[in-house]
Amino acid sequence: MSSESRLEENELIRRAKKGEFAAFEELVNMTEGKIYNHLLRLVNNPSDAEELLQETYLSAYKNISSFKGNSTFSTWIYRIATNHAFMLFRKRKPELPIDELPLPTHEELKRREIRDWDFDPADAAQSGEVREILSEAIGELPENYRAVVLLRDIEGFSTAEAAEALGINEGAVKTRLHRARIFLREILSSHFAPEELAAMEGK
Amino acid sequence: MAYDKLSCKEILEKLSEYIDEELDPSMCDEIDEHMGDCPPCVAFMNTLKKTVKLYNTSGDEVDIPSPVRTKLHDFLRRRCNEEKE
Repeated sequence: MSSESRLEENELIRRAKKGEFAAFEELVNMTEGKIYNHLLRLVNNPSDAEELLQETYLSAYKNISSFKGNSTFSTWIYRIATNHAFMLFRKRKPELPIDELPLPTHEELKRREIRDWDFDPADAAQSGEVREILSEAIGELPENYRAVVLLRDIEGFSTAEAAEALGINEGAVKTRLHRARIFLREILSSHFAPEELAAMEGK
Repeated sequence: MAYDKLSCKEILEKLSEYIDEELDPSMCDEIDEHMGDCPPCVAFMNTLKKTVKLYNTSGDEVDIPSPVRTKLHDFLRRRCNEEKE
């Protein structure tokens, strides 16, 4: 973010804190597209994303006085949006599993005859079929891992920004990201390298 | 910085940080050294890198649908006004 747009943002926040709706609405205009995309990817359902979008910004309006400017307004809104999405997940699945996703062992990699995929990922990502596989794989991730991958690998957040947006520490971001990527690699591998031996015995 | 040699398990735990260039250079050297002698780890790392690259380049943004945007702004105008009262 340029220093000029940061100044503009600070001015809008100052006015929004005084209760000026037009200034708050301008902040909504600046962030709503990204937040809508984030929510849609996270909950994978347009009507839930729409409802969460409304709750997110209403909550932001009510709590704008607590925004201290330690992060950008956008990161702050990501955090509110992600919190609301997790409240929805918990409401629907109160017993949300907290199992850690596994890491492979060195012996397992040797035994499984892992081979490289023979394509260029930037080219492959242009294919509709591949995009569908990528999106389905993301949908299979447990939600707390999905949120990290979305922010880091799709939306381009740094580790520090993702930590801020999720309200967790940077170490937890790194751990979850790594395990999530390995989980995704396993699913993609079943499509791109079906001859690779499966991760689990008997799978 | 002196530290004990990384075990295979630690190398597998640090691959994402290696890919993201967030590791200490001496740890990177050690991982490079291990990779020079371990084809399954190389293939695993390359496919992990490709996984990341696929997601990096697949994130098209959709435009917020016009009715969703209109409803959001109507909702906020109404509810934020109520908050003020």
